[in-house]
Amino acid sequence: MLATQSPWRRYAALGVAVTAALGLAACGSSKSPLSGSTSKGTVVIGSANFPENELLAEIYALALSAKGVKVTDKFNIGSREVYYPEIKKGAVSIIPEYNGALLTTSVDTKSTAATTAQVNAALKADLPSTLEMLNSSSALDSDSVTVTQAFATAHHLTSASSIAALKPYAKTMVFGGPPEMQTRPDGPAGLKARYGVKFKAFDALDESGPLTIKALQDGKVQAADVFTTTPQIITDHFVTLSDPKFNFAAQNVTPLVYKPAMTPTIISTLNAISAKLTTAGLLAIDKAVIVDHDSYSAVAAGWLKAEGLPS
Amino acid sequence: MVWSWIPQNWTIIWQYTLDNAFLGLVPPLIGLIVAIPLGVASVRWRWTYPPLLSLASAIYALPSLALFVVLIDYTGLGNLTVMIPLALFSLCILLPSVVDGLRGVAEPTRQAATAMGFGDVRRLFEVELPISTPVVVAGLRVAVVSSISLASVGQLIGVSSLGYFFIDGFQRDFPTEVYVALVLVLALALVCDLILVAVGRLLTPWQRDQRGRRPATAWLGGAPWRV
Amino acid sequence: MGFFTYAFNWLSSSQQWHGAGGIPARVLQHLGYTGLSLLVAALIAVPLGIVIGHTGRGRFALVSLANIWRAIPTLGLLIMMAVLLGFSALTWLIPLVVLAIPPILVNSCEGVAGVDPDLKDAALGMGMTQWQLLRKVELPLATPLIVLGLRTAAIFVVATATIAAEIALGGLGRYIIDGLAADNYGEVAGGALIVVVLALAVQLFFAGVRRLIVPTGLRSQGKGPR
Repeated sequence: MLATQSPWRRYAALGVAVTAALGLAACGSSKSPLSGSTSKGTVVIGSANFPENELLAEIYALALSAKGVKVTDKFNIGSREVYYPEIKKGAVSIIPEYNGALLTTSVDTKSTAATTAQVNAALKADLPSTLEMLNSSSALDSDSVTVTQAFATAHHLTSASSIAALKPYAKTMVFGGPPEMQTRPDGPAGLKARYGVKFKAFDALDESGPLTIKALQDGKVQAADVFTTTPQIITDHFVTLSDPKFNFAAQNVTPLVYKPAMTPTIISTLNAISAKLTTAGLLAIDKAVIVDHDSYSAVAAGWLKAEGLPS
Repeated sequence: MVWSWIPQNWTIIWQYTLDNAFLGLVPPLIGLIVAIPLGVASVRWRWTYPPLLSLASAIYALPSLALFVVLIDYTGLGNLTVMIPLALFSLCILLPSVVDGLRGVAEPTRQAATAMGFGDVRRLFEVELPISTPVVVAGLRVAVVSSISLASVGQLIGVSSLGYFFIDGFQRDFPTEVYVALVLVLALALVCDLILVAVGRLLTPWQRDQRGRRPATAWLGGAPWRV
Repeated sequence: MGFFTYAFNWLSSSQQWHGAGGIPARVLQHLGYTGLSLLVAALIAVPLGIVIGHTGRGRFALVSLANIWRAIPTLGLLIMMAVLLGFSALTWLIPLVVLAIPPILVNSCEGVAGVDPDLKDAALGMGMTQWQLLRKVELPLATPLIVLGLRTAAIFVVATATIAAEIALGGLGRYIIDGLAADNYGEVAGGALIVVVLALAVQLFFAGVRRLIVPTGLRSQGKGPR
């Protein structure tokens, strides 16, 4: 029953084979097993866990790579509540942000800043010293309170109607949105404070993705937080109610960066991108990725090329 | 089902497959390395085994997602946050395998080795562990296949694996990605399983004549399944 | 703050225990998902496993299939169902049943097939029919493994059902997913702790089932996880 030759040779051979295989896999793998903060000149580009944000991060990544910056990507980290602590300590260096949302959810929950100028000024004053917002683009992607065409018609609402118009019906309505919306200041609490709209319940869905769209279509929720550049607003004829009291502060796409990792090249590249990004443009590339299912890198490269930026 | 998506995106598909393979293979190995001394201790000092086993069962019942999230605070957003729980789960599977394997060594065999002058350590590595190999490999197969499948849950905290295609395919309402990733996960698991079976055979040449008598179901009895 | 500190802080806040999102409601939802899936899986897998074990046909295929089955990523399956079916009870029922079937099926099969051939010979020699053989000899002897299979599947489903929250379902996974989204570790830790307690409760439940179903003489078999 005993092996007649020492098993060591076999185990040793096995050990070598395993190490070689793992080495291959590790080299192929884009990340090192340990994540740490970055050295100067290398940047980690993160994104939140929804397609538009991943697309924006891809645009940043391609442009920076084209300029010779060493880029590592860490996409789909999660909600802001998860990635914000990481960028604060430098584990992530750049992330495409929405200035108003960043302000009211993570930096100053009591802020009443509403317009782009006010929001950016407030951020400049209150962001922690390691962080900085670069130039804002004109592209806006805000949270919203959106209903179906059928609901709007039945209750005589149009996109010009304010959220306050829902007040009489809110008690019978379920409001759907991303899970983190439930506790955010501009979520149900903010809607109640500013418009007197108190929904019957909140349904945690996803980041304005298929769950939210389906829930709205199927009537599982009667109103939902559909991000304003979601292509299905157009294809499904949803009606987004207006927000005159700025419950949702202006949300321009703006790069949030970790100052110690920045170089002049990086800053100028990102600002050049922001200068060219418009709401219409963003909506178009969102549609390409979300509805037409084109690949993120192809759409990102295409946009950069069309705008005459390095890719 | 959009077939053209596959060749168009082959680079990232392959990338994520490698990432998944890494996450599926390294943690079980780590689990094995820890399981061996723990298993030896459990056999040597019998009273330690029941509490260790209970602890292992409790840990195994933890939802993987919860463990990943709790670790973010300590290990950040990198692979380590997923690898540690996976290694822990693998350990929970491998500890009973190692113990069963070691206990399965016939007493006359151990005594014969001692009589031949083998010290404790040498007997462990040259006699007891080799004889335990089939049982340990069976446990390793379970651990590897489970880790490959579980790694996809790590995508929920941004640690890349084939799970990326589940999430992205879902968010963009693009079932093609989901189907392809499902097939790839299964294929990856199958390939790794076959490799382990081959490795097991290589390491146990003395069993070549015996094979066919014991069914391959030795590991199926109660080896836990896992999410 | 450690895992337990976070968890207890969250659990001790009384608001967690009330309302539609409260702990009792979510535990019930979770048990609902678990119980129904387990029932359906058992109804399919126990008879099927017994038949395969008794006749011996298809046993090899079952063994090969079982290992592949273990590889099915739950998250992927859940998402596939959500993509195909949208919001319906089947969206969560099918994946949970699919994932619960293998342990039950395999253990039922092995339980029956593993009966000592000498005993089977003796029974047939005594004039028993195949059906009597199954009923009086094989089934009673198979009960420890069948119960083990059910128990394994139950714990498995309890843990899996947490991921169902990712596709906007209820249950205890809601605490983990929502806590993750809101960076509220207390919620995540508390939710996880409850799932573990639930899993332990399930183990106790099946220990009770063992006592009821498994004949006294066999109780020492098939106890712990292998």
